[in-house]
Amino acid sequence: MIDAEPAASAAPEISSIIALGDDETLTPIDPRDIPVTRIGYAIMMVPLIIGTMVLEIAQLTIAGIFIVPALILSVYLIFIFPPRQYRRWGYHMGSDRIRIVRGYLFYSDTVVPFGRVQHIDVSQGPVERRYGIATLTLHTAGNHNSSVPLPSLAHEDALALRETIRAHIKRDTL
Amino acid sequence: MVQSVEAGGVQPDAALDGERLSLLGILASFITGLPNLVFPILAGIFGVRSADAAHILVPAILGLALGGSLFFRWLSWTRFRYYVGVEDIRIESGILFRTARSIPYERIQDVSIEQKPVARIFGLGEVNFETGGGVGEDGTLSYVTLAEAERLRELIKTRKSGQETETAAQTAVAVEGGIANAPSLLPEQPPIFVMDNNRLLILGIYSFSLVIFAVLFGVLNQFDWLLPFDLWDWTAWLGIAEKRGATFNDMSMAARAAAAFAALIGLILLGLATGIVQTILREYGFRLDRTEKGFRRRRGLLTLTDVVMPVHRVQAVTAFTGPIRKWSGWYGLKFISLAGDSSASDKGESNHVVAPLAYWDEIAAITDIAGVSLPEPKRILQRGRLIYWLNGLLFVLPLVTGAMAALFFLTDAGIQAAWLLLLIAIFTVSALLQWRFSLYWLDGDYIYVRHGWWNQNLTAAAQVKIQSAEISQGPITKAQGLCKVHLGLAGGSLSIPGIPLAEGRAICRAVMENIVTVDYSELNRHL
Repeated sequence: MIDAEPAASAAPEISSIIALGDDETLTPIDPRDIPVTRIGYAIMMVPLIIGTMVLEIAQLTIAGIFIVPALILSVYLIFIFPPRQYRRWGYHMGSDRIRIVRGYLFYSDTVVPFGRVQHIDVSQGPVERRYGIATLTLHTAGNHNSSVPLPSLAHEDALALRETIRAHIKRDTL
Repeated sequence: MVQSVEAGGVQPDAALDGERLSLLGILASFITGLPNLVFPILAGIFGVRSADAAHILVPAILGLALGGSLFFRWLSWTRFRYYVGVEDIRIESGILFRTARSIPYERIQDVSIEQKPVARIFGLGEVNFETGGGVGEDGTLSYVTLAEAERLRELIKTRKSGQETETAAQTAVAVEGGIANAPSLLPEQPPIFVMDNNRLLILGIYSFSLVIFAVLFGVLNQFDWLLPFDLWDWTAWLGIAEKRGATFNDMSMAARAAAAFAALIGLILLGLATGIVQTILREYGFRLDRTEKGFRRRRGLLTLTDVVMPVHRVQAVTAFTGPIRKWSGWYGLKFISLAGDSSASDKGESNHVVAPLAYWDEIAAITDIAGVSLPEPKRILQRGRLIYWLNGLLFVLPLVTGAMAALFFLTDAGIQAAWLLLLIAIFTVSALLQWRFSLYWLDGDYIYVRHGWWNQNLTAAAQVKIQSAEISQGPITKAQGLCKVHLGLAGGSLSIPGIPLAEGRAICRAVMENIVTVDYSELNRHL
């Protein structure tokens, strides 16, 4: 399933979208990121909700002092945050480098030249696999940014990107 | 199990299904992992020892732990495949969380085969593909049969072939030569740099240990009741609190001052002695040579160390100094080199001091050999925005005013709370100094970054040695239109804080244009 050689045209189309005051247009990540992130946060919040419910039922403290903030946080993380986070992700494949942009409050804009990539991971968690998306991780030799993740790409796109980048590593050395 | 494929002539199709690790390896790793199970099993048995059904529960726990461990090892074995491709090695792993890793042959620096005792009994080995530089593991196959391990090693040698073979050999030598028995084939040349005893002493004095100072102060603080006077009575010390001052006559003030002075001198002498002893132990007989294989450093009084640093693995150089030693023109120099060069530090940061105390000319002579030109520190011109360094005030100001208000209203020490204002002053002055000393400069092929006002560092790196470039902004810097630039450096860090976003982008663009011209594999090649 991994070793399929995708055609070059299978590479994701650089179409739009996020204008960040720079000359390049960034490709958004796959919208299936939103449900996957939601499920991730939902799973994360389960222990917290159970814990606060136990406290609530035991009536040790003022009613609602823990469960109300926990519920608010859950609603925010599950319903409001994922689409916002999704909109802040973007990448741009250049001819010799990849640029990965993310975050709003904590914004970061990383450029990794293909010639500096050590090895490449394409990984999928169970939820990601169900939705058909994958995370592409580039490893560099630098201490900072020793691994640069690009989450939520369509699985075929992640594989195509990997092939493209790997082909550059080959070509650059010749 | 393992397909037998002739070395050097592997058909890509043959490897399409991937190859599995040795089935025996499950057993080997199970046995190797047994010690980790001892404690949970004992704990489990201890927990049920007095239960009625102990005679059933104890075997159940044993079976569950051993069987579970075996089962999961088997499960991850079934989910593990590696592919020997045309251009790369691929490793697929993970039970639920699947990862497919691609390691291009060009990036494989070394293939190591490790045989742990248990694996050895089964005739198995652990293959590790090292890509160099990065932090963390690269690619490990544990376990495969020894024959397969050898085949993989041969195969990669062949794949890298041609001019690559030479590089691999050079690298291997470099790795092995990392410690101790550096061969001296040539008649010994005069050293590039030595530390004579005079310099050792000077360095010792500069290394005046504030740590022992702090420790002793802490001790004094704990046991000050042993002293005949109150060490921490600042008002008495300064003689400004009139109420108290009036109760002491001049004689007792003088006596107190003398005792305090003597204590202070004692502390300073102790601090000096600590610094000198530490320095002599570490740097005695310091000698840096230029050998065929790179820089060779020998030093130490009781523990002698002998390190060879290949020139081509030097990623950046850092000149360091302090405010006082700078007046006398003293600097130190260290190399930041690819992680894994030194057996001494397994941490990400790996750097080697190549001149602990030297004049600028001597430093420049060493960096010239390393192929990096260090400019005079004055020439570095670009500076960030002051406001960035003052951002800390956003936290310090509310904190201090809050504390002052609390003291003023809740205790009767209201007036003395004003001393807290000193904190703000100290912070501001320190921020101003940090700002003044944080500089950077892009100069053709190099990038220079300077920071720190107490421990001053000037790092110079060839731009082609940069691995990645990142611009980051937090909520506050974003509002100010500022950013921080992080440049990925193998074995160290290089960042420029507090500059306008446009400037940050310009730096990244400029550095990137230089980087993309040279591939990583060319970068650390012995020339």
